[in-house]
Amino acid sequence: MAISQEIVKYVADLSRIELKPEELERLSRQLQDILGFIDQLSKADIAGVAPTSHILPISNVLRDDSPKGSLPIEKTLANAPQKRTNFFVVPKVIE
Amino acid sequence: MELYSLTAHELLEQLRGKKISAEQLRSSVSQRIDDTDSKVKAYVRLSGSRQAQEQPKADSGALAGIPISLKDNLCTEGSSTECCSRILAGFKPPYDATVIRKLKEAGAIILETKTNMDEFAFGSSTENSCFGPTHNPWDLDRVPGGSSGGSAACVAADEAIMALGSDTGGSIRQPAAFCGVVGLKPTYGRVSRYGLIAFASSLDQIGPFTKDIRDSCLLMNVISGHDPMDATSVEREVPDYTQSLGKDIKGLKIGIPKEYFIEGLDPEVKNRVEEAIAKLKNLGAVIKDVSLPHTQYAVPVYYILGTAEASSNLARFDGLQYGFRAKSPKLIETYKKTRGEGFGQEAKRRILLGTFALSHGYYDAYYLKALKVRTLIKNDFDAVFKDCDCLVTPTAPTPAFKIGEKSQDPLQMYLSDIYTISANLAGVPAISVPCGFTRAGLPVGLQILAEPFGEETLFRLGHAYEQATDWHKMKPKL
Repeated sequence: MAISQEIVKYVADLSRIELKPEELERLSRQLQDILGFIDQLSKADIAGVAPTSHILPISNVLRDDSPKGSLPIEKTLANAPQKRTNFFVVPKVIE
Repeated sequence: MELYSLTAHELLEQLRGKKISAEQLRSSVSQRIDDTDSKVKAYVRLSGSRQAQEQPKADSGALAGIPISLKDNLCTEGSSTECCSRILAGFKPPYDATVIRKLKEAGAIILETKTNMDEFAFGSSTENSCFGPTHNPWDLDRVPGGSSGGSAACVAADEAIMALGSDTGGSIRQPAAFCGVVGLKPTYGRVSRYGLIAFASSLDQIGPFTKDIRDSCLLMNVISGHDPMDATSVEREVPDYTQSLGKDIKGLKIGIPKEYFIEGLDPEVKNRVEEAIAKLKNLGAVIKDVSLPHTQYAVPVYYILGTAEASSNLARFDGLQYGFRAKSPKLIETYKKTRGEGFGQEAKRRILLGTFALSHGYYDAYYLKALKVRTLIKNDFDAVFKDCDCLVTPTAPTPAFKIGEKSQDPLQMYLSDIYTISANLAGVPAISVPCGFTRAGLPVGLQILAEPFGEETLFRLGHAYEQATDWHKMKPKL
């Protein structure tokens, strides 16, 4: 299928990535090539085949429902780009 | 013989016999890094940080005194872990990955400086690093492979005794082949992924780079096993892998999948692999031609599933809690600028492709279809392992290519993983062992694959081959 610059722009917005105009042009072209290659999957006969999301025969792995320690506040905040007292400082969330 | 040039098992014997001290070994490796890393550039953030991060907790453990290097996507408490990406600049994890905890308990010496990689493990050449490329120790104009190129190169150049990397589509085995060392991708679920910064969670595994098979066993003995912190790690006893060594391979059934010997395979690589197969036959193995009919779909399936999972995993890098943040008064703008400036080109390409494959209107045509074809690929392996103990193939279709040769053509780069990706999709273990050189002196790797949890078969066959050849003892001139 053809992937237009509009679709790439839409996907970039979904991914929260700002692209420069030349990046949009180049990435659209490259994604077109890659998707052209991927389209060979349409030749595979998948009628009646179940999907495999991971290969282990295990599901719904639960831990014991018991309280455990968590990271202390100073460790949690140690990498914060901006912080104040015990909080991360971020741009206003609600306008 | 310089200490840095020895294997871990040779050094452990000397350390335990008190012939050398851990300090002597550490300073030997440190000196070697000083002497050679300006050429190889296997390490990142090197200046003033080559010392071990702390004294090991144990002086009598299975790896006591052995210096080990880590790929830059393995979390170590309080020391920089940046996935060679600008977006994680300055990140110091608040905890150790489970494999790091186990290494420390075993007395290993963890180097503070980490090894170079393609940003977030996206790549096959280690050129997609915000720190610049690593150079192949056998030919400094060539790539070491990737994405764990720094880990492969530092072991090949004797700048580490052992190293850990991660493998999502070949990122341990392909650089091991390019650099002439042993690299293992364990069975999915064999080694805990807790503390490995995630790329594609259904494919990622941590694994060892070593100078020989015995060292690979020693490292796997330490890092394998169930971990409550990783719900996909499997509750299954860890054998002593060294027990697989020194056994003959008479009657071992080896499958040769015809789909791996096709157009695009470099003739010299083909010759070396065929010579290795002849050697295995001489050693008593039974060679059988087999077919994995859906092999051609492995690369396209991988570039849908791997990018889809990556687009989800990398959504966490938003500039709010750690790493790089671009300044903007508005929240959405902060996200977009942070990610636009923080991610490199390959990361953007993969996030966009993965987001596209998961987006409304394309999910069934791409993501769901790829999951179904993954089933066919896994069924191929289930079928051949009914008749074979293992498979033998080339690790990569070519020897190491030139720096810059493929960096402008993502699709050509993706095809360098054509022989390694299937093992991740099917979850099976696979190892690359050195099997000779091209006329130009570049290493060639032989890949061995086995059924899930068949690491012992890989070690048994790999060791028998190693005993019959000297390829693993060859060293680059630096």
